[in-house]
Amino acid sequence: MLTGRPVHAAAAGRPGRVAVARRAAAGALALTLAACSGPQSALDPAGDAAEAIAGLFWVLLAGAAVIWALVIGAAVFALRFKTRPISERAGLRLVLWGGAVVPTLILSVLLVYGLRLMPLLRDPAAELRVEVVGEQFWWRVTYRPEGGPAVVSANEVRVPVGARVEFSLDAADVIHSFWIPALGGKVDMIPGRSNRLALRATRTGTFRGVCAEFCGPAHTRMAFPVVVMEPEAFRAWLAEQAREASPAGNETFLANGCGGCHAVRGTPATGTIGPDLTHLASRLSLGADLLPNDAASRARFVAEVDTLKPGARMPGFGMLPPAEAAAIADYLGSLE
Amino acid sequence: MVYGRDDATLWTLLTPPTVWALHFLFAYVAAAMACGETPFALGPVRVAIGVATAFALGLIALAWRQAYRHWGRGADRPPHDAPTDEDRQRFLGFATLLLCGLSAVAVVFSALPAVFLSDCR
Repeated sequence: MLTGRPVHAAAAGRPGRVAVARRAAAGALALTLAACSGPQSALDPAGDAAEAIAGLFWVLLAGAAVIWALVIGAAVFALRFKTRPISERAGLRLVLWGGAVVPTLILSVLLVYGLRLMPLLRDPAAELRVEVVGEQFWWRVTYRPEGGPAVVSANEVRVPVGARVEFSLDAADVIHSFWIPALGGKVDMIPGRSNRLALRATRTGTFRGVCAEFCGPAHTRMAFPVVVMEPEAFRAWLAEQAREASPAGNETFLANGCGGCHAVRGTPATGTIGPDLTHLASRLSLGADLLPNDAASRARFVAEVDTLKPGARMPGFGMLPPAEAAAIADYLGSLE
Repeated sequence: MVYGRDDATLWTLLTPPTVWALHFLFAYVAAAMACGETPFALGPVRVAIGVATAFALGLIALAWRQAYRHWGRGADRPPHDAPTDEDRQRFLGFATLLLCGLSAVAVVFSALPAVFLSDCR
């Protein structure tokens, strides 16, 4: 029916129905495949655990496609081509093999294939330890390099490429889950228990981690950038992060009580309830990967945190006189 | 006793899945307790789960042998749906045979992680 029309349409310079359908299908496929890459995709791996998981996914997908084709093929064969019924004995045998024995064998192979990956994902031989504590709705991050001082940070994770990093995962209030899809699988953070996760990044880049367990109103606003760096650059960055901040310009910050919850190392601000702000301005994003880290966003976050992150413990400071709000935002911007 | 019976009953039917449930509970609770006491050491628990698995599979094999007898050793094909005592026996026996297969696979599957995991992390 369609064969006649596309010729006319093509002659008139318009694409025919078939061509349109083909283009739509190509577009849909491109969109689907584009969704597989990006900073937060388990199918665009940048770590050996994620590669193993992505491999597992593709094997499962291929196996599912083969089984689907066989089942649908059998159904089509039975409906269209096999017109005479098979004997009762043959039918029972088909049910026994096709319905019980073969699926059991396939599931056994898949189970062993999947379980075999688990020890690899928990390999303890770590070159760097990082403690991450999930809190409503941010991440407390402490680096514990061998032979060096512990370095406290928040809402951003940086690791050297090629090194096995062991994450110690805890929760301060409710259950959270630590997931960097590009680097590996997710592991729950459970109050009162330390879980462990070993990851090894295989290429540099900036990725995204998320909280993967519903933890409250701002659960979806609890993410973090993950930066995989060259080992030299990572060492330099960590040394820089260990440095104390200058107290210059912090009068308004302290006068409004910010130091009761936030620490800025090297100043009288020593609170530990909220994120450490010592090198806030050097981070890639604000508010657990909620806003870009620029002057306007820093001012907005301080003023509107109660609506930006519903349920967070920090109150919004929108009532501050503009001069004081600007002074605090300027101070935060100086914390390189 | 649910073994050595002349007749199939609901109790003989329920034996294999009950063995599966108890095996699952044992493996789960033993691993949880071991991890609570001394993190990162599962050695003795893996051995215990291995022994429990062999024991559970032995019980399921016994249930299988008995159900095979109740079924009439394959003298007749399913569905065994005539309203007679004989067919009721054969139906229960055949259903128990199927449950034995399912329970044996389930016991092996729930024991497999103990083969691969050597600690609690």
